[in-house]
Amino acid sequence: MDVPILKQGPYLIATIQSALTDADLLRLRDTIVQDVGVHRAKGVILDVTALDVMDSFATDTLRGIAHMTRLRGAKTVIVGIQPDVAYAMAHMGLKLEGIFAALDLEEGLAYLDQPLEAGRGR
Amino acid sequence: MSEIVIAEAARVVIDSDRAIVEARQQGRQLAIKLGFSPGSATLLATAISELARNILQYAGEGEIVMQLLDRGRDQGLMVLAHDRGPGIADLSMAMEDGYSTSGRLGLGLPGVRRLMDEFQIESGVGTGTRVRVAKWNCM
Repeated sequence: MDVPILKQGPYLIATIQSALTDADLLRLRDTIVQDVGVHRAKGVILDVTALDVMDSFATDTLRGIAHMTRLRGAKTVIVGIQPDVAYAMAHMGLKLEGIFAALDLEEGLAYLDQPLEAGRGR
Repeated sequence: MSEIVIAEAARVVIDSDRAIVEARQQGRQLAIKLGFSPGSATLLATAISELARNILQYAGEGEIVMQLLDRGRDQGLMVLAHDRGPGIADLSMAMEDGYSTSGRLGLGLPGVRRLMDEFQIESGVGTGTRVRVAKWNCM
């Protein structure tokens, strides 16, 4: 299952539309890390609204995407983690560690629109 | 414990990453059918996903069996994950947070224990691994 990646201004928006296998997740990771360079993107939004399970592999892979895109000069924000998914992740002890998460696409775009320095020195 | 297995509800052979998705989706559907809350069904589906991945990653092939449980007032779902893989040499180590031989998070088994109400594991080097977990829908 391929995840459509939309370019909007300086940002890439990847919208997961159904359950993903491990191979799908790894392919998504590789595509995004490539596309950041191809489109000279400054930010990436990963919309996981449609994911009904985020297990350790999915969490690990999303963390990897955020880390790798940062090394390529783009910020990543994860949006749309569902309440039940958040409940299970908290129960299990899964953490996003250092990746920004926002409620939805709108909040995610607002986060990316902040200058990189925002939030520092306060 | 006076719990009774009332029916085998599903059996999924785990031999590909697609089967992991299949197993957790079947688990969620069963849980919802049993009247579990969406939150509990998600805990169960997440646990199944971890167990199925362990099978694929460490044994290459195995099976997830789901059974309906009854102990009077409460109904539950039991998940048995078994394989004939290399087994786990040090079980107590495998149950520690942060321990992993795969280079990943290492939250798999301890995470599954936190998601479920019951957790049992047996493993022998060369004989494979059996994990039995259960979640109850307490009325």
